[in-house]
Amino acid sequence: MNRPEGKTLSELDRPNSYIGKTVPRPNLDRLLQGRGLYVSDIELPRMAHVVFVRSPHAHARVISIDTQGAKKKPGVVAVVTGEELAAVITPWVGVLSHMKGLKSAPQRAIATERVCWQGEAVVAVVASSRAAAEDAADCVTVEYEELEPVTDMRTALDPATPVIHASLGDNLAFERTFEAGAVDAAFAEADEVAEAEFVFGRHTGVTLEPRSVVADWNAAEERLTIYQGTQAPHMVQNIAALHLGLEEAQVRVVCKDVGGSFGIKVHIYADEMATYALSKHLKRPIKYVADRIESFNTDIHARDHRCKARIGVKRDGTITAFEIDDLTGIGPYSMYPRTSAIEANQVVNLVGGPYVTPNYRARARVVFQNKNVMCQYRAVGHPIACSITEGLVDLAAGRIGMDPVEIRRRNLFADDAYPCASAAGLRFELLSHHASLDRLLKMMNYDALRAEQAALRAKNIHRGIGIASFIEVTNPSAAFYGVGGAKISSQDGVAIRLDAQGAVVCQTSITEQGQGSESLTAQIVGSVLGVSMEKVRVILGDTDQTPYGGGTWASRGAGIGGEAALQAAKILRKNILDVAAAILQSTPAELDIANNAVVNANDGSPRIELRELARIVYFRPDTLPPGIQPELMATRHYVPRQYPFAFTNGVQASWLEVDTDTGFVKLLKHWVVEDCGTIINPQLVDEQIRGGVVQGLGAALFEKCIYDERGQLTNANMADYLVPMSGEMPDIDVGHVVSPTSESELGAKGAGEAGTAGAAAAVANAVNDALKPFGAVITEIPLTPQLILTALKRI
Amino acid sequence: MTAPQAIALQVNGERVEAHVLPRINLADFLREHLKLTGTHVGCEHGVCGACTVRVNGEIVRSCLMLAVQANEAVVETIEGLSDSGEISDLQEAFRARNALQCGYCTPAMLITAQELLKVEAEPDRDQIREHLSGNYCRCTGYQAIVDAVEATAKARKNKAPRNRDAGRAP
Repeated sequence: MNRPEGKTLSELDRPNSYIGKTVPRPNLDRLLQGRGLYVSDIELPRMAHVVFVRSPHAHARVISIDTQGAKKKPGVVAVVTGEELAAVITPWVGVLSHMKGLKSAPQRAIATERVCWQGEAVVAVVASSRAAAEDAADCVTVEYEELEPVTDMRTALDPATPVIHASLGDNLAFERTFEAGAVDAAFAEADEVAEAEFVFGRHTGVTLEPRSVVADWNAAEERLTIYQGTQAPHMVQNIAALHLGLEEAQVRVVCKDVGGSFGIKVHIYADEMATYALSKHLKRPIKYVADRIESFNTDIHARDHRCKARIGVKRDGTITAFEIDDLTGIGPYSMYPRTSAIEANQVVNLVGGPYVTPNYRARARVVFQNKNVMCQYRAVGHPIACSITEGLVDLAAGRIGMDPVEIRRRNLFADDAYPCASAAGLRFELLSHHASLDRLLKMMNYDALRAEQAALRAKNIHRGIGIASFIEVTNPSAAFYGVGGAKISSQDGVAIRLDAQGAVVCQTSITEQGQGSESLTAQIVGSVLGVSMEKVRVILGDTDQTPYGGGTWASRGAGIGGEAALQAAKILRKNILDVAAAILQSTPAELDIANNAVVNANDGSPRIELRELARIVYFRPDTLPPGIQPELMATRHYVPRQYPFAFTNGVQASWLEVDTDTGFVKLLKHWVVEDCGTIINPQLVDEQIRGGVVQGLGAALFEKCIYDERGQLTNANMADYLVPMSGEMPDIDVGHVVSPTSESELGAKGAGEAGTAGAAAAVANAVNDALKPFGAVITEIPLTPQLILTALKRI
Repeated sequence: MTAPQAIALQVNGERVEAHVLPRINLADFLREHLKLTGTHVGCEHGVCGACTVRVNGEIVRSCLMLAVQANEAVVETIEGLSDSGEISDLQEAFRARNALQCGYCTPAMLITAQELLKVEAEPDRDQIREHLSGNYCRCTGYQAIVDAVEATAKARKNKAPRNRDAGRAP
């Protein structure tokens, strides 16, 4: 592990440290043997299943609902309308006070008078099995009066377009403008100004396990237990309690194995709220598992942006200014409780972020439309900002005839410029753009690749190289949600205790969806305490058992939850050594813990096994000296305070081939260098990055929710909505530069978004690089064969 | 024909007799009737591959097969393949390489990979990618899975010169 010069050895540099080591994640055999417990696997006594009758229209008035036929079907427990459920659960409005001017309309668990997107639930049918509920759902008759849908974000604000929520006055959910430096002067002094409209396909997370929830209201205990695959259990607890009229103490959220999340499962959906309410209403456990069509129609969508953007550049490569005008359509409601303004806000924050130019003007508008809701999905806003920024930089380089690497070298923040701030006001503690770029060029052998490209062009083989530098928001403080009034914790807590056999039980408020939260916690605790990892059992995902905290999202688990684990383990270590000193008639300073035993600090010779120490403490405290009260449990919480976000940086490169006859793109290789500070487990970091890259590659080439002009989603299945499969994906080489944050002792920043942040930008730049001989430039994703052939004027 | 039908089959070496509705697919039968929840349901229309099981030695998507079609068949799921030890080396390679994150695709991915390794002792990376291309994984980006399958193939080849012995537990 590279630490900055002069930093003293810390708890992490102990001889038996797991920090910086690749070790397998604990408890993987459970998943490898099919013995996990996903919510879709859970069955409870008296459990009934709910399915939802959903609107076939994008916008319609509900005239009448006839549930009589459905109620007579075998196995039916209840058929419940929105009106009936409104007595159990209150509506919500997805706004945050720090998103100035953000507005939205009240949303209900089940629609009442009006439906606002195709797929909005209208009636809940509860039955003894899902099949019985589906049979009965077919017998519900809903009469609709179709209303004109608002589908095109470009005309959503036109006076002639209907206003979706009359009470809001217009279809504008949120607008932000920003200006820094002297933008007009900067464009005036530029030798070249390049501009383009960047268009991004609306896509979605496609978690392999659909959203699932089992809600169990125990009327005798007056307590609701929610089993849900969520990234933020305490947030779910707060929201469920708030809208069901309960105290938080009356709600327990349990999160076992989660079949993929990626931000899809960090929100609270209307059908989940309905399921909580139905359980309370019917006084029995209710299970809801979305089917795949429901997933496409109701899991949040993301990234549907159109952005007009321009860049000014001088002949010497100096970028003089960036300017963007971004437009996005978020569906009929701002999502709850994180809101649907964050993505556009992030785009404004992040465009131009790697570069020194102080001149930046931005406008972002967020409009309502009658499509499924959009909200935060992995790398929120990053891929858009990165594609715009890096697309513009390549356009500028093309205008002045400069190599894409060279123009970046001339404009990236220098590695010795920190601390500093971007034009948008983002504060950077320590980044490594140049070191990362150098590393990348070495890994990909850039000059040789350019030579190969030129040689192949002579043979009419069109390959392209695309580079994309990026910054990533990680370790968010309360600045993300807390300051806006959302009860979404930005701090995390870890409680650690030594059990009666000298093993360690660790409860953490971060959650696991496969990233390795359990592993990194055990690695940190094992390292600091001096116990082997397999002696550390990590408990997460249960609001009754873990400290209060935010969970795992926005690349915060390692940096925030990891630091809490480090600090809690330090306290427990001190407490153990205090007891050991008393038992051994020594002093804590003379002792250490290594390999599950208290040892002499000077020569490492064993003094007492932790197992024996625990035996004495728990069963023979009478033998301890008077006045000693051992505390073999310690709890610590952590939240970053100096910086609102710990920014990371990185750079990606794509090498691909475009078939100019068919328009198909073959990805040949992908490289990433990123800097997430202290690396706890290199393998886990690399796999986070690879997985993230492939999600970005899907966005670049395949993924798009295709709506027709009536607001109908036309490809809501996995055969028509294309996701990356193994056959089309390249091998991805990952390298690192390590610039730890000084704000925490651990020094870790996040890595969860890095791959997704820059992958699409690298691919788009590579495709345009390949098409350079044809004079074609494409600034739209996904880069479908049709789009490429159109650009080539072949169709 | 909507009345329950009697079926008898062998599942993970055990004789199973049941009455099932004709419309119940094999995935739901395994999960809901036999509580073999290691078979996962991802798309229910035969695209994602998460419900892959072995029927009479061939891998099938259990969401596309009716339970009544499995009458008199020999069915093997991840639970059976784990207990028999047939894929223990492959599972260990997945573990060592972190070839799974959320784990939801993993049982089917293992079963699909094992099928390749049974017919092709030394598949190259493209062959592995091609063979797994019907199994969707959103977490890993596939590379770690390809690495784990490749490593298992090499280890089996080194251990047992004959291809036929490759399926045995180490």
